[in-house]
Amino acid sequence: MSAKATAPQAPVVAVVALGGAAGASARYGASLLWPTSTFGFPWTTLVVNVIGCAAIGVFLVVISEAWTAHRLVRPFFGTGVLGGFTTFSTYAADFERLVGGGRARSGLAYLGLTVLAALAAVWSAVWLTRRVLAWSQSSGPGSERAGTGEGR
Amino acid sequence: MNWLLVIVGAAVGAPLRYLTDRAVQSRHGTAFPWGTFTVNVTGCLVLGLLTGAAAAGAASSHVQLLLGTGLCGALTTYSTFSYETLRLAESGARFQAAANVVASVLAGLGAVFLGLTLAEAFWQ
Repeated sequence: MSAKATAPQAPVVAVVALGGAAGASARYGASLLWPTSTFGFPWTTLVVNVIGCAAIGVFLVVISEAWTAHRLVRPFFGTGVLGGFTTFSTYAADFERLVGGGRARSGLAYLGLTVLAALAAVWSAVWLTRRVLAWSQSSGPGSERAGTGEGR
Repeated sequence: MNWLLVIVGAAVGAPLRYLTDRAVQSRHGTAFPWGTFTVNVTGCLVLGLLTGAAAAGAASSHVQLLLGTGLCGALTTYSTFSYETLRLAESGARFQAAANVVASVLAGLGAVFLGLTLAEAFWQ
């Protein structure tokens, strides 16, 4: 509520808006390139959501465990771009459209497949990124000294 | 024109998600991601209303792009939802992680159906 607490919020809100617009545009572009027919299986939304989940896994590990970034990088890319790119509302509405169109089995498959693929994507992205970071740190400069055992 | 509608809607939806998340998360001391839950369910309700309005001919394709693809699309998020679920599971709160998935999906679907029902009642 104080000026001190609210003043630095304006640039954060601005970059979240900018990133959100960019991410949503990319999602809209994907829907134009690969349109889904009225009662077709919504592959485009599924793939968009899974890619966004993998990307946030890589990004948040790198930014919190390896790289000291500017304070606006995380709100811009994580909250803005990836948050705007992925969507939960279209996912839920897609399910309703399939069920409403008499394709309940497709709807249930879409519901479960998205959740499983999204969680698998974020989990494996986080795991792989940590492995790559650990590998690059152990084989990077200074690793020979560390190998002597009494380097420190 | 269509791109502009999506951009304007998302430029409102994404900051709305950020500010709502901050406001909700500061009001409780638990690790449960109520902020993301709130924006996701709210976005589902609005998109349900909009879908019902469009089916009744009360919402043009331009309104759908502005409020559906842009606003609701950017207000809701799958990436943060799955990342927060992973964080809960990693921290040992496996029950909360599973509860987050089940509650978000069920509440999101319920909100879409509720929005559709309200729209049908209003624009029948």
